[in-house]
Amino acid sequence: MAKLVATLASTHHPFYLKATTAPPEQQMPEAPTWKRKIEAYRETLAKAEPDVLVMVGSDHFHQIFLDNCPQFLIGKAERYDATFYNEEREFGIPKYVLQGDEDMSRFMHQHLMSQNFDFAFSNELKIDHSIICPIITVRPQNDLPVVPIYTNIFAPPLHSPKRFYELGRAIRKAIDAFPSDKRVAAIGTGHLSLELGGPRQFMETGPDPAFDRQAIEWLKAGDIDAILENVTHESMVGSGNATHGFLNFILMLGVAGPEGADYVDNLDLFHTMEAYFTWYPKEEAA
Amino acid sequence: MSKYYVNKFLYTVDRDPELLQRYIDEPRTFVATWEQSIGPKLLGNDVEASTVHALTHEEREALINHDYVALFEMGAHFFLNLTIFIGIYDEPYMSKSGPLSFQREMAAKLQHWRDKDYPSVET
Repeated sequence: MAKLVATLASTHHPFYLKATTAPPEQQMPEAPTWKRKIEAYRETLAKAEPDVLVMVGSDHFHQIFLDNCPQFLIGKAERYDATFYNEEREFGIPKYVLQGDEDMSRFMHQHLMSQNFDFAFSNELKIDHSIICPIITVRPQNDLPVVPIYTNIFAPPLHSPKRFYELGRAIRKAIDAFPSDKRVAAIGTGHLSLELGGPRQFMETGPDPAFDRQAIEWLKAGDIDAILENVTHESMVGSGNATHGFLNFILMLGVAGPEGADYVDNLDLFHTMEAYFTWYPKEEAA
Repeated sequence: MSKYYVNKFLYTVDRDPELLQRYIDEPRTFVATWEQSIGPKLLGNDVEASTVHALTHEEREALINHDYVALFEMGAHFFLNLTIFIGIYDEPYMSKSGPLSFQREMAAKLQHWRDKDYPSVET
């Protein structure tokens, strides 16, 4: 059976590449620290020596729109193009082509269906920055096949935090059951408190620094009970209108299991709190 | 009222450099063209027409005037309402007033919503 060797959950900041590759005199003061932290985080994936990446992200109205909007979707293709025109324009992210693992996608789709998750699927999925940002940060050589999974964190009504956690658990089961000797890493991105297109956007800190600190403590401890007791759609909206990206962190904790994280780091940037977590399955951590 | 149709406008224009340029250059003419020739097409299908949605007068005027405050108040999706106007205003603001100056002006113009429940973006 396949073996989960690492679970990574992080924020995705589309300006990372631009911020750290600009000429030094144009870089923001935090850029060198940011780069150092990302490169350290990258090591936590490399150390696990994965063969394939299960990647969880959320399309930002690039391919998926309100005329046909799945809650959960899995890509099933031999490769995936990535980066849309408006992402190149706004963030300076280049085009990529990611290799797929169609067999694993097919297996996971079937397995998740049999666990009562009614996944939509796509045989022609163009990936957006929710999955390309972590390629840029933790696997810039882009040398591994991926199984992309999209969640709806954007177009209400959204699933509950509990459902996201349960989906993470189901994804873990599907990975564990995949008949293969591959080493699998699961990588998911989202946000802590975040405001976009509202009165609290682009402040000196994220819109709710107290939530950010608390969320980091919860994830560090793997305390899913505290998360499910405290985090609701209403509380997330109160922390910033795009805070629902936190649902993907909850999902990734489901993949890892309710365990303390093996690696935790964060960085207070001008308008968000960046956070980076890695869990190794217990038998791997020894 | 059609939040969906406003969002469809923002979505179809933001993703296409040629349409975005026309929306920058001649917003009134372009919105009329969009309502005649682009909005009524089923997405991803140039042949099939959809008769379901139409813009109201207020929605049309808000789009023509690049009035992102009005669009926010109508419940246009916050992400679409942000990225298209970043696409239009980020560069000119940046060269005049520095990075993020457009984004901060947008936030300032929405301050009256800060402690209230924002208009729902549910469609």
